Amino acid sequence: MPELTGIGVGRGIAVGLVATMGAPLPEPPDTPSTRAPREELATARSAMVAVAGELRRRGEAAGGDARDVLDAQAMMAEDPAIDAKVTAAIEAGATAARAVHAAFAEYCELLAAAGEYMAARVADLDDVRQRVVAACLDVPVPGVPDPGTPFVLVARDLAPADTVLLDLSRVLALVTVEGGPTSHSAILARARSIPAVVGCVGAAGLVDGATVVVDAARGIVLSDPSPSELAAAERALAERATAHAGASTGPGATSDGRPVALLANLGSPADAAGAVAAGAEGVGLFRTEFLFLDAATAPTADEQEKAYREVLGAFGGKKVVVRVLDAGADKPLAFLHMGYEPNPALGVRGLRALRAHPEVLDTQLAALASAAAATEAELSVMAPMVADAADAAWFVDHARAHGIARAGAMIEVPSAALTAGALLSTVAFVSIGTNDLAQYTLAADRLVGALAPLQDPWHPGVLRLIELVGAAGSLAGKPVGVCGEAAADPLLACVLVGLGATSLSMVPAALADVRAELARRSYADCLRLAQVAVSAPTAADARARVLEATS
Amino acid sequence: MPERRVTVASRVGLHARPAALFVRAAGRAGVAVTIAKIGAAPTDARSLLAVMALDVRHGDEVVLAAEGAGAGAALDELAGLLATDLDAAPSGAGDA
Repeated sequence: MPELTGIGVGRGIAVGLVATMGAPLPEPPDTPSTRAPREELATARSAMVAVAGELRRRGEAAGGDARDVLDAQAMMAEDPAIDAKVTAAIEAGATAARAVHAAFAEYCELLAAAGEYMAARVADLDDVRQRVVAACLDVPVPGVPDPGTPFVLVARDLAPADTVLLDLSRVLALVTVEGGPTSHSAILARARSIPAVVGCVGAAGLVDGATVVVDAARGIVLSDPSPSELAAAERALAERATAHAGASTGPGATSDGRPVALLANLGSPADAAGAVAAGAEGVGLFRTEFLFLDAATAPTADEQEKAYREVLGAFGGKKVVVRVLDAGADKPLAFLHMGYEPNPALGVRGLRALRAHPEVLDTQLAALASAAAATEAELSVMAPMVADAADAAWFVDHARAHGIARAGAMIEVPSAALTAGALLSTVAFVSIGTNDLAQYTLAADRLVGALAPLQDPWHPGVLRLIELVGAAGSLAGKPVGVCGEAAADPLLACVLVGLGATSLSMVPAALADVRAELARRSYADCLRLAQVAVSAPTAADARARVLEATS
Repeated sequence: MPERRVTVASRVGLHARPAALFVRAAGRAGVAVTIAKIGAAPTDARSLLAVMALDVRHGDEVVLAAEGAGAGAALDELAGLLATDLDAAPSGAGDA
């Protein structure tokens, strides 16, 4: 039956009913109503009552804090102040939809003016406005669907705000019309182990309630599957469950026993327990920004040490790679006094910001060294945005001054990849950050949505740089890790091993799939797949040819 | 017209749950109650949006006013509510 193609995220498969995320409503036009005010008012009031009732019902079902939020939203839907404004506008000739839109918009503005901490309430009120306007027009409610049973979510793309309202435990699979492998939707799917197909243009035609098979490994969505296709999908689901039960523990290795350390990416100490449970062999990327982001002044060494001890303590005897502060004009910190930059991605960020503020780095390294001395973990530190061996040497010197022997460099800037040999004579290891490396190789700002399709770690240009780094690592006899989104893509993980990666670090939820995929392939297979990928002309070709070579 | 001056005790001010609890109680009062910041125009205490737009913070003083039969008792109850830290109250408190 119709087969819609896109970019698969992960190896999962799902069968379920489609629920689409409604498109945002255009602003109702300010044209006079052709109906009697009495009729318009009846439409507006019944819409307000219906939305309030629906929100209360959902609040009761949800319970807890969600109930408070939904109850407050129900009160907003029926608010007497809104009712008064709607009545006045309708009596002056407005349509119900326009009157409702204008009344809520006025309060959105009033609340927004009350300050930043009202932002969440403004978002709640805006959601109510959309619901009431949709009810007036008798069209589907924009935003996150709630069909009452688990579903396959079909959306144009997901914004972070959408996912706040989304109960992911009810999402069987995610299909987006737009977006690439590093879009917010794809990152979310990977983090939660939800099968996903992104950039699936044909999915725009899927309607609510249709049965689909989402096959992330093949990057396809089958709409209206035949009984035999459904049976095949159910079999694949069952096989996956069995395979997972077998391969979900133990160190990572290819089928012929070449070890590939499977590590976790962590963003805060709270993530450590989940990573241990998922069988992480250590931490390949511990981001330290969480300590700094909300701080008006740099956190003290004592404050930092406490947080570092928590993570290091959870990984006794194991490897923990801590990335020192990665700040810049794109992630501004109050105490670093960073000025405006027209292009923060190419600005004073990462190690460059630390070279301008060495006291911040020294405090952080001191805290890390004392946390390491108090625990059994094997601490390594690495610097972000290293351009060349001179940058690396500066960082290594600072680490040594604090007694930290294992200091490494992230490979994110193409110049670092191209001179990896020189860099590796200075540092103990390198770790490739594929997201930034793709950004800089393809000259495509990660924050510009329209360029998302270029943000693809499968791009042969990116893979060739990784190949150079892999070769330099093997010559120097030093570890080469990968800690970007690429490492969490099971098939790409095999390619990376073929290009010379000795460890892969990823969001813990992706560990099981990557472990299982590696265990299926020999090292020779990985070398072969790597060559297939680097000799392809484009990212899409690389992905398609490797998929074909493995199926 | 009967009035009550009261200092808002909730730590989050008259926002979020405390605002909803107060507005719900005002809706049940049986008389039309208004709320105002000192020296400012009064607004409908039964409108959550109007109350939130007042942006009343912890420690701010407000004036409640109502007219008609039972106004005094209604104001006493609502003033008592505002003088309590509603955010600390167990979930469901103040609900019908």
